[in-house]
Amino acid sequence: MLAVARTFTVVGVAAQRVDVEVDVRRGLAAFSLVGLPDTAVRESRERVRAAVSNSGFEFPLQRITASLAPADLRKAGPGFDLAIAAALLAASGQLSPDALDRYWLAGELALDGSIRPVPGVLAMAEEARRNGADGIAVAAANASEAALIDGLDVVPLHNLGQLAELGAGLAPVERSTAISPSEDNGTGPGGPDLAELRGQPALRRALEVAAAGGHSMLIVGPPGAGKSLAARRLPTLLPPLARAEAIEVTRIASVCGRPPPPGTLAGRPFRAPHHTISAAGLVGGGNPPRAGEVTFAHGGVLFLDELGEFSRAALDALRQPLEDGSVTVTRARHSIEFPCRFMLVAASNRCPCGHGVESRRCRCPEASVRRYEAKLSGALADRIDISISVEQPSAEALRSAPGERSTAVRDRVAAARERQAARLGEGRCNADMTPAETRRHCRRDGEAREVLERSHARLGLSGRGYERVSRVARTIADLYGTDGVGAEHVGEALTLRRRHADG
Amino acid sequence: MTGACDECLRRALLLERLAPYIERVATGQAGQRSPELLALDDKRLIRAVGGNRAGELLAEGRDPGRAGRVRRRAAAASCWTACPHGSAYPAALHDLGAEAPAALFGRGSIALLDELDPAAAVTVVGARRAGTYGLAVAEQLGRMLTRAALVVVSGLANGIDSRAHRGALDGGGATIAVLGGGVDVPYPRRQAGLYRRIVDAGGAVVSELPPGAPSFRWCFPARNRIMAALGGITVVVEAAERSGSLITAEMALDLGRSVGAVPGPVNSWLSAGANQLLVDGAVPIRDAQDVLDHLIGAGSPSVRDLGPDLDPPLREILQCVESGRATCDAIALASEVPAHSAATALARLELLGYVTSDHVGRYSRTTLRAPELVSGSWSPGSHMPCSSGCR
Repeated sequence: MLAVARTFTVVGVAAQRVDVEVDVRRGLAAFSLVGLPDTAVRESRERVRAAVSNSGFEFPLQRITASLAPADLRKAGPGFDLAIAAALLAASGQLSPDALDRYWLAGELALDGSIRPVPGVLAMAEEARRNGADGIAVAAANASEAALIDGLDVVPLHNLGQLAELGAGLAPVERSTAISPSEDNGTGPGGPDLAELRGQPALRRALEVAAAGGHSMLIVGPPGAGKSLAARRLPTLLPPLARAEAIEVTRIASVCGRPPPPGTLAGRPFRAPHHTISAAGLVGGGNPPRAGEVTFAHGGVLFLDELGEFSRAALDALRQPLEDGSVTVTRARHSIEFPCRFMLVAASNRCPCGHGVESRRCRCPEASVRRYEAKLSGALADRIDISISVEQPSAEALRSAPGERSTAVRDRVAAARERQAARLGEGRCNADMTPAETRRHCRRDGEAREVLERSHARLGLSGRGYERVSRVARTIADLYGTDGVGAEHVGEALTLRRRHADG
Repeated sequence: MTGACDECLRRALLLERLAPYIERVATGQAGQRSPELLALDDKRLIRAVGGNRAGELLAEGRDPGRAGRVRRRAAAASCWTACPHGSAYPAALHDLGAEAPAALFGRGSIALLDELDPAAAVTVVGARRAGTYGLAVAEQLGRMLTRAALVVVSGLANGIDSRAHRGALDGGGATIAVLGGGVDVPYPRRQAGLYRRIVDAGGAVVSELPPGAPSFRWCFPARNRIMAALGGITVVVEAAERSGSLITAEMALDLGRSVGAVPGPVNSWLSAGANQLLVDGAVPIRDAQDVLDHLIGAGSPSVRDLGPDLDPPLREILQCVESGRATCDAIALASEVPAHSAATALARLELLGYVTSDHVGRYSRTTLRAPELVSGSWSPGSHMPCSSGCR
């Protein structure tokens, strides 16, 4: 007899439907599994055998063939256990096949028949709804995550025995569609807050401008100048994710095995990979292709501390994703696109030792300082809009009253982003303006134009630099809520501009 | 007569041939002895550095076709040549006596060297690894000296040297770069653009080694003696203790030239050498006017770099930069204005030329002076008009 159960496998950061077909017929007792299973899937046979017997069912001593379709897709992970067991039970007449038509199944089986959670059920729930399934049955621990998706029954299963009740006795969990994206990007009370950044008004302001326009940013200063502290507070300045975005971010987190706490949607992620990361680790790669840090940072902030220490290859690999908002990893069999719209914040010392060449403590050889400077100004040079130099704040400044809280700044940022969305379209901000849009939207009054032209002659501002300053000036004008870009906006943007090493 | 004579070209070629031998001797434990070695005549020099190959080298030197070959090489590299026996050899170099370079190879304006008057030439030297302060001063000095019709001489090195050249070019004048190696090889390589600009702008690049000669360590102290001789005063901008710039200063003193130094912060390691020179009696140089006063005498035409007028809020920000605050944070805190106003003010000051920022965005003061008078409007004439104040 033949039975089919539906489950999924993760391809990139999305789910793809997999049909598990099990055929049970007379013959020598055997259990074969076909359809490009990896080791964990192949071992599924042993888990299924034990779990079926230990749950009060009978394991048929017949010739069993399980096929995972589509056959040319490589399948990984233990999530197929539940579907294989269900199809096997239906094929051997121990389970009604009706429920398997209506429900997708995913879960890892323990040998005693209990069901363990698997990563990526949110992606599976989305795919199941797209395919018109009635519902999905998953491990109880996965249920709240899957329930974030509208229009789908989510049935929590504790053990294999409960399969008999699927579609009849088991009640689906309550939908959690009322859960809204976290207001403070998951940082919560007691989490990082901009108020802690004392004695650095210009850095606070630069963060605000960067957040408002989605501009990537470079912070340069000696160790202890609060570079990481500042970068970690950037997500708290960003407006909350829209629900669809939040679900996407949560799906990525879930696929990568880092789901947010049950019953919540992920906030804007903050990723800070170490500088020894490889290009593949940063942008994604491997076979089968796996998402990299840029994808984990989707919707949030990617922080590269010690920019000068990252490998040239890793930094170069970052350019395309920054521009496109997605990474495509191509392998012989398939090519997979990973989303990666994130804000880049980089921090760096002024020289390899960190003290700065003017300091007596700096003992860096000249050549290595030059290399470092070249790397700093060369790295992603045309992708970073804002640069700011910081110093260790004085003790006096550190004792000063705390500054504005993140919430207050976030309100201004949200207002500025609304203006940008009205101008450029939903979800877009000034940082992604094309050159044509920059020309159209950065109408400068006569005075502002003169400032820019002067800076071209006086400060050696290049064509690209000119455009970047225009974009940042546009954001500053948006923070003030004005339609035109004025001289003072251009002036402030000039102070935040990216410079290049020479001399 | 055009070009250097055969004898002098042979000597230049000999130096190139002996370069690796001189390297062994000159940079041993005895330190920077290359100028003394170069004072020796051919035979003694070969004996001093040639070791057991001296005989062979001496024999090589007698080959009569050598001068022609150098001349052809120079022509192929489109370089001119000059020697003490012909025209176009700067008179100032005669002061070096036996250490004077036998031949000069050059690119760019030969007339600039020919007409060079040490009383109207200033050698600017300093650290390769300089801070924003030194770089800003060197550039401003280069610019203003050029505007005062002086010729800026320097060594094309990274840091102070190249900034001085750059400033001179910005000032619209000709400048002379003295190289350690062959004159057709821009060294250091990252200054290749500057090298071209100098030649294109009617300046000159010169060296005592034939075109194509690689540079050795000893070439730089040797090059320094030429620089010291060309300028009527050698100005040291930012030099640490035991810096090559101090060697140049010493050579200038030996030649009877003046030595000036730009004072630096006393706690800055980068300025220790320059400050020590001041203690030892060097002429304090704050700007081009000080150089001019010294070379020509007090009361010479003023070259004070006067910028446009500033309104009080801008003045206050400028004072913050003058007091050594380099980051926008520190400036905003000290002046007690919001960060965005401080940023706008800094951009204006930078556009007006009062401050400059380095590659990471740290601000420092230039030597541009602000008029004492505080008038209502700060945007006179051609300067950037700006009606909105920085409140």
